[in-house]
Order: sequence, then structure tokens, then C-alpha cells
Amino acid sequence: MEFKTSLGLIAPEILLSISGLVLLLVAAWAGDKASRAISVASCVVLGACFFLVAPTLCAGLSGPDTVAFAGLFRADAFAAMAKLMIFAATGAALVIAPNFLDRLNSMRAEFPVLMLFAALGMSIMVSATDLMTLYIGLELNSLAAYVLAAFSRADERSAEAGLKYFVLGALASGILLFGMSLTYGFTGTTSFDGIRVALTGDISLGALFAVIFVLAGLAFKISAVPFHMWTPDVYEGAPTPVTAFFATAPKVAAVTLLMRVSLEAFGTQSDAWRQIVIFAALASIVVGALGAIGQTNIKRLLAFSSINNVGFILIGLAAGTPQGASAMMVYLAIYVAMTVGSFVAVIMLRDADGRPVENIADFAGLSRTKPIIAMCLAAVMFSLAGIPPLFGFWGKFVVFQAAVQADMVALAAIGIAASVIGAFYYLKIVKVMYFDEPANVAVGENDWAHWGLLIISTLVISPLGFLLTPWLGGLADKAAASLFLAI
Amino acid sequence: MEGFPILSLMLLVPLAAAVACLFVDAKAARTIALIATLVDLALGLVLWAGFDVGGAQWQYVERAPLFAGFTWALGIDGIALLLIILSVFLMPICIGASWNSITKRVGEYMAAFLLMETLMIGVFAAQDLYLFYIFFEAGLIPMYLIIGIWGGDNRIYASYKFFLYTLLGSVLMLIAMLWMVNQAGTTDIPTLMSYDFPAQAQTWLFFAFFASFAVKMPMWPVHTWLPDAHVQAPTAGSVILAGVLLKMGGYGFIRFSLPMFPIASAEWAWLIWGLSMVAVVVTSLIAFVQHDMKKLIAYSSVAHMAIVTVGLFSFNVQGLEGSMMLMLAHGLVSGALFLCVGVIYDRLHTREISRYGGIALNMPKYAMLFLFFTMASIGLPATANFVGEFLSLAGIYQVSSWAALICGTGIILGAAYMLVLYRRVVFGAQVNADAAAMPDLDLREWLMLGSLTLATLWMGIYPESFIAPMRQDIVKLEARLSPDAPQGDSRLVMGDPQPTEEVQAHEGAH
Repeated sequence: MEFKTSLGLIAPEILLSISGLVLLLVAAWAGDKASRAISVASCVVLGACFFLVAPTLCAGLSGPDTVAFAGLFRADAFAAMAKLMIFAATGAALVIAPNFLDRLNSMRAEFPVLMLFAALGMSIMVSATDLMTLYIGLELNSLAAYVLAAFSRADERSAEAGLKYFVLGALASGILLFGMSLTYGFTGTTSFDGIRVALTGDISLGALFAVIFVLAGLAFKISAVPFHMWTPDVYEGAPTPVTAFFATAPKVAAVTLLMRVSLEAFGTQSDAWRQIVIFAALASIVVGALGAIGQTNIKRLLAFSSINNVGFILIGLAAGTPQGASAMMVYLAIYVAMTVGSFVAVIMLRDADGRPVENIADFAGLSRTKPIIAMCLAAVMFSLAGIPPLFGFWGKFVVFQAAVQADMVALAAIGIAASVIGAFYYLKIVKVMYFDEPANVAVGENDWAHWGLLIISTLVISPLGFLLTPWLGGLADKAAASLFLAI
Repeated sequence: MEGFPILSLMLLVPLAAAVACLFVDAKAARTIALIATLVDLALGLVLWAGFDVGGAQWQYVERAPLFAGFTWALGIDGIALLLIILSVFLMPICIGASWNSITKRVGEYMAAFLLMETLMIGVFAAQDLYLFYIFFEAGLIPMYLIIGIWGGDNRIYASYKFFLYTLLGSVLMLIAMLWMVNQAGTTDIPTLMSYDFPAQAQTWLFFAFFASFAVKMPMWPVHTWLPDAHVQAPTAGSVILAGVLLKMGGYGFIRFSLPMFPIASAEWAWLIWGLSMVAVVVTSLIAFVQHDMKKLIAYSSVAHMAIVTVGLFSFNVQGLEGSMMLMLAHGLVSGALFLCVGVIYDRLHTREISRYGGIALNMPKYAMLFLFFTMASIGLPATANFVGEFLSLAGIYQVSSWAALICGTGIILGAAYMLVLYRRVVFGAQVNADAAAMPDLDLREWLMLGSLTLATLWMGIYPESFIAPMRQDIVKLEARLSPDAPQGDSRLVMGDPQPTEEVQAHEGAH
């Protein structure tokens, strides 16, 4: 009976695994001809998982009913909200990938399957309430991601990205494992609840090291400074749809995992990790902003932008309150919309030979040659800079509101002042598109799926997005409540 | 008019027109923009006519809960009313000023201007703290595009500088707002205006708001974005920048800094006076040596706005009324001066003072109107500036005779640089043939400058029309400020004061 309930709770994961395996067989028998059909099937599977998970969030489920396999796994509203974002972002990446990879002659049938397994890994990550589950999910996701980064085999940069990602990812996994073994050594348990109880009171030096190593390993996954160095290279080298995927779904998964680990497992030691998080937050904001200024490649620039955004998200974690957690979920949702919008817009730009346009200088005068794409991209940029009335402002607003409510006014003030540096390079993109003379590099038509994604994400981040705030805020509050209730 | 959401309508008309402008050709866009701004002007006049002077402090109040703690809260008092009237009055003139001079991407240009109008009215009408911030901050986007796309040669630098300077100022204000709402538990501006924040916190809050408004105003030494932005912006952009955007800083002081943080305002008044005194003298002297007409007027704006700030921080009725009058007057007069520059810039495409000369011969009507606005800028009695400057200086004299003395020199220096500008452009020998061949004003330019002339004269000759709506708001503000207001150094003390007389003198000062 107990086992059956557990199986019911992991229904989305089971669906993902089985369909991943079946589609893998299909890919093996049918070959690359079937790659489009498999992509469509994968999107359908993700959609089905989306609707499997949605009720959990809407009902705001939490507590013992959501615990599966005797505390290894928890399918609560918090995990559900993260999963919804992950499935949506993975689906978006799957929609834009086939055309792009076709043009590079590297569309193969295993691409959608790998995406499914990555989504499965992330889904396990966000539900993990035990260090073992955490590690299995993380590695399943990472292994798929390493292959995806190197997916464009003919492209040297893609191979380099994959290799770099693999080496540094393995190092980070090592650091994380080391931290986990220290945690186990000092607490005698791998379950988050057990760790939490064991770490109450004064923290020993060894346990402190455990916390630091675990956080460092996770900081690598969310590319927070000072573990961000891989991000620009990997983002630049990986095929653009894969970059769009990296910048969204794994970020969501790793951030929610970090929230669970720090608020649940290490929740009693928040004073120990708070300063680390504050440092990482401010350093990410500043480095992400300064690093982006000199970039000429849009994907590198967006990589630094994602580092910058992670900094803002971490401010919510530093607050360490339910409001902070809720604000982080809201920010993540808006961040996913902005990132999908920006990458779809970038993918829609191709030169006369069908090669992707990635050089920022080639965007010159886009407002006159491709006015709608330019307007959407400009909206995304202003939104990323956090200028009201665009929706990106709301993400920053709730995060800083949470920080102020947690009496961290100084952190909020420094963080928001540093966001002005970031505004500079977002403005640069707008300037190139609107003020410069047209370069007429980007030509080529796009299909309805790209337009649809671009328009939807632009509508979400436009001022109309504010209509979503009661709904989005309500869901995020439920998610945060379930996270804190679990404690 | 009770119950009819006229303020929302005023916001909606330009917004809808802005969207429409994006989809039509140049000619239609101009027409739509002109009609929309005229409709808004008409609505503004209805607003003014229906405003009950001496009635409730907040009128035309609209309240609708929006989302997540935000409220669609609009409403105006006399102060906001006058600034809204100023905005809607200047907008059709701006559209007129861009009629022929803007030839590329007209639809987008008009859309940006109309969006600007929506946001300006929104700033003055918002009664929710966050709503105010959204309007205040969103104005950066259209202005950035206006300067960057249709500006002069160095427009990119100017647009960046404008954007980043003002953004840095306002984000700190956002943190302060978050703290205030957290503390006071409301986002309602009228409630916050009478909320007493702890004295210690007031200082921090004051400086966070100061960072934003001082940049917007702009006060010395954070004024440096203004000359660049003015010089590079198209004529209408300069008009709206000088006419309305700078007033947002003054409005911010009078709506937020003074009533919400009276203790900190009084405590740090010396800083404002000091910066303003420096600003008046320094920027006037800088204006004196400019070769570029727009830059000269931009620096003169900084000097005039410094007199506004001393007026605001004089904590008495004269000073506050004077600074409000000066803001309105400066909106008209500096807007008109930028238009005057625009008129000859459209003909010769240079702002170099030395490229002109003796144009009184071929443009007598222009020379007449330019002279009028030059005199108005100097503060000649019977023009609007005189009322404002006189009252502001009278107000500051009661609290600091030194500030009054030094700021008073601004009028003398203003006369010097404005008269020199006028002499070099309009009088003298006609050294440049192309300048001598410029045609005089056409009907469109007559209408724009003529309406500004009438408004300036009206405000100068019968200022009561403008002071009446805001009188009771100023009195309320003064009452709020008076407990903490700094003691003046210029109170008259007669002979050997007896204790009783001292009490009387003290009473008299209030």
C-alpha cells in the first residue's frame, strides 16, 4: 500500500522515464528520419507531465501525504511549481531545436530523448529530500546536459563547450560529493530532515565545511560567482536551443534544489550560510553586469545576464523567509519567460546562408528590417534591466521587498544599485537595434512555432504580465508555504 | 463630474493614440498625435474647471484594487492639478514643434511622445506609492528612445547618460519605498504624507528620495546629464524635458520629501541651500560662456531649478508657493526658449551662437517673441518668472538671508547671460548670409509661441488663477512642516527685546 502511494506520487517521473526509454528504442529502430516525430512525441509527454503535476500545485499540497519512499522524495507544491517551469522550458527548447539543428545538419533522433532524460533528472532534483536522491537527479541531468552541449558534433565550439562543461561539472560534482560525505559523517544521516535535526545548535567546524562544500557544488550548477567561469564558454559554444535550455530549466532546478538544501537541510544553520549566499548574490550581480559589458556575442552576453539574474534570485534566499522563497519562485518564472523570449528572438535571426546571427554588431538597425523581433527583444532587454512597467521589474520588486521585510535593507540597496550597471549592457542591445544604421545581416523567415513562442513570452513580460501577478503570486506563496511547512 | 474617471481617461487617450501611431504612416501619425494631445488638453481644462477650489484636498479620486497589494489609486490636489495642466498644455506644442522637423520614423516618434504624456500625467495623478514609481521610472524608456533615435550627433552618449543617471537615482528610492510600506503598512500616498516615520529613519529615507529627485531636478553636482540630454534631444524633446520632466523632481520634493520626512528635511535643509547656492552661481557662470544656445538654456534651467529648491526648503508659504509658481513659469518659459532655438535651428541646422547675428532685420516677429521670453527668463515683472522668483526668494529670506542673497545673484547673472545671448543672436551686424536669409515665423510657429506668450503673461499679471487651487494644499504642507522648520536668521528684533515682546515676535514669524 505504502509502495503504491509512493508510485502514485512519482507518476510524472515514471511517465518521463518510460516514454524516454520507449522513444530511445524508437530512435534506435527508426533512425534520424524519425527525429521530428520523436520531438513532437517528447513535447506531448512533457505536456502530459505538466498536467499531471499542475493539480499538486493548485491544491498547494504539502506535509506527510506528499512524501514518497520513506522520505527520499517529496512531491509537494514547491516541487510542483519548479517542475511546471522545468517542463515548460524544456518543451520550449524542444520546439525551437529541430529547425536549428537541421540547418546545422546535426539533428539526430537522440536529441529529444536526451532532453527528456535531462527533464527527468531535474524533476528528481527538485523533489529530492535526501542527499542520495539529490545526487541521482543531479547527475542524470548533468550527464544528459554534457552530451547536449556537444551535440553539434561538426562544430568545434560545441565540442569544446561539451568538454569544458563535463570537466568542470565533474569537478563540481566532486566538491558536492565531498560535502555530502562530510555531512553524512557529521550528522550520520543523508535525509534532509535528519540533517536538520542533527545540525541544531552550535555547528562544528567539520559540519561547517560540509555546508560550504555542498553550497559550493550547487553554486556551480546555478553558475553563481565565484563558480561561474564555465557559463559564458558553454553558453556560447552549445547550439542555441541547447543554450536556451541550459539558461532556463537547469537553472530553475538547481535554484530550487539549493533552496531546499539550504532552507530545509541546513535550515537550522542559516547564520552559517547566509553570509556565503549574500556574498555570492552581490558578487554575481556585479560580475554578471561588468562581465557582460565587453561582450560582442549575444550568447555570451546572455550568459553573463543569467549570472546577473542568479544574483538577484539569491537575494531572496539570503532573506531566508517564506516571502523570500515565494519571491524567488516568482522571479524564476519571470526569468524563464524572459530567457525563452530572448533566445527565441536570437534563434529567429539568420543571415543569408542560414547561419545563426550571434554577433551583436549584426543586430544593427534591426528595428527597421525586423521590427517585430526588434520590439520583442527590446522589451525583453528592458525587462531584464528591471525597468517598469515591464514584468521583469516585478521579479526584482518582490525579491527586494522580501529582503527589506527581512530587515536586510543594506543588501537590497547595494543589490539594486548594482543592477544599474546591468542596465548599461541591456541598453546597448536596444541601442544597436534602434539607433544604429541597418546592417541588413539578418534575413530569413520563421515558422509559426517560433513566432508563437516569441509573442507569448513577450506578452508575458509586457505590462500585461502584471495581470498574472495575483495568480503567479498565489502559486508561489503556496509553493513557499509547502517548503516551509515541510520544515 | 463626480464618479466619472476623467483621470483614467486622460491616461488612456494618449496611450491608445500611441498604439495607433505605430501602425499608420507619417501624415496620419502626426494628425492622430495632435488630436490626442488636444483632446487631453480639453480634458485637462475640464479638470481645472471642475476642480473645487477650497473643497476637499484630494479630488477626482479613483480607487480600484489591482493586484498583489497594488492599487489603481488616482487623485489630484491643487499642486498636481497645475502640473497636469502644464503637461497637457505643452504636449500639443511639442507635437507642433515636431511637425516638420521630424521626418524619419514619425509613427514611432509620435508614439513615444504620447506614451510620455501618459506617464507624466500618471506621475502627477498617482496616489499609490508603487504606481507612482512605475510611472516615474517608465518615463525613462520613451525618453531614452526619443533622445537616442531622433537626437543630434552625440545622441548615444547623451541617451545613456540620461538613462543611467536617472535610473541610479530612482532605484534607491524604490528600496526606501519598500521600507516605508513595510513600516507604515500602506501604499496610500495621502496616508503616508501624514505618517510620522522615526526621526532616525527619516534621514535615510530622505536621502534615498533625494538621490532620485536631485538627479531629476537636477541639482548641482548631479546635473551633468541635463546639458547633454538637452543639447542632443530634438526640440520637442528638450521642451518636454525642461517643461515637465524636471518638474517631476520638484513635485517629488513637495509631495514626498517634505511632508513625509519633515524632520530630516529641516535637518538637512542647509545641504539643499548650499547645493542650490552653488548651483545658482556656478551654472549661471557656466551658461555665460556657452557657444551652444541649447546648452546655455539648459544651464540656465539648472540655475532656475536651484531657486525652486531653495523655495521648497524655506518651509513657509511664500517659498512653497513661489517654487510652485517658478516651476510652472519655468516650464512655459524654458520650453518657449527651446522652441525659439528650434525655430532657427530648423532653418540653419546649427546651434552655434556665432553663426547667427542680426536676425532682427529679417525675422522681426521672431525677434519680438524671443525678446519676450528672454525677458521672462530674466524675471521681468508681469511675466510668470517674476512671481515665482520673487516669492521663492522672499520665502528663503525668512529662514536664511545668506541663501537669499546668493540665490538673488542668479537673477542678475541670468540677465547677463540671457541678454548677451539675445544680443549676439538677434542684434548686431548680419555677418552670415544664410542667417540673414532666414524667413520669419510661419503660422504654426506663431501659434506655438503665441500661446506660450499668452500663458506667461497671464501667469505674470494675474497669478491668483494659479495660486488659488494650490493655496490650501500649501497651507496644509506648511502646517505639517512648521513644528520642525529651522529658525530663521533674519527675523527682525526691535531694540532691547522684553520677554513678552519676544513671544510676540515669535508668534508673528509664523
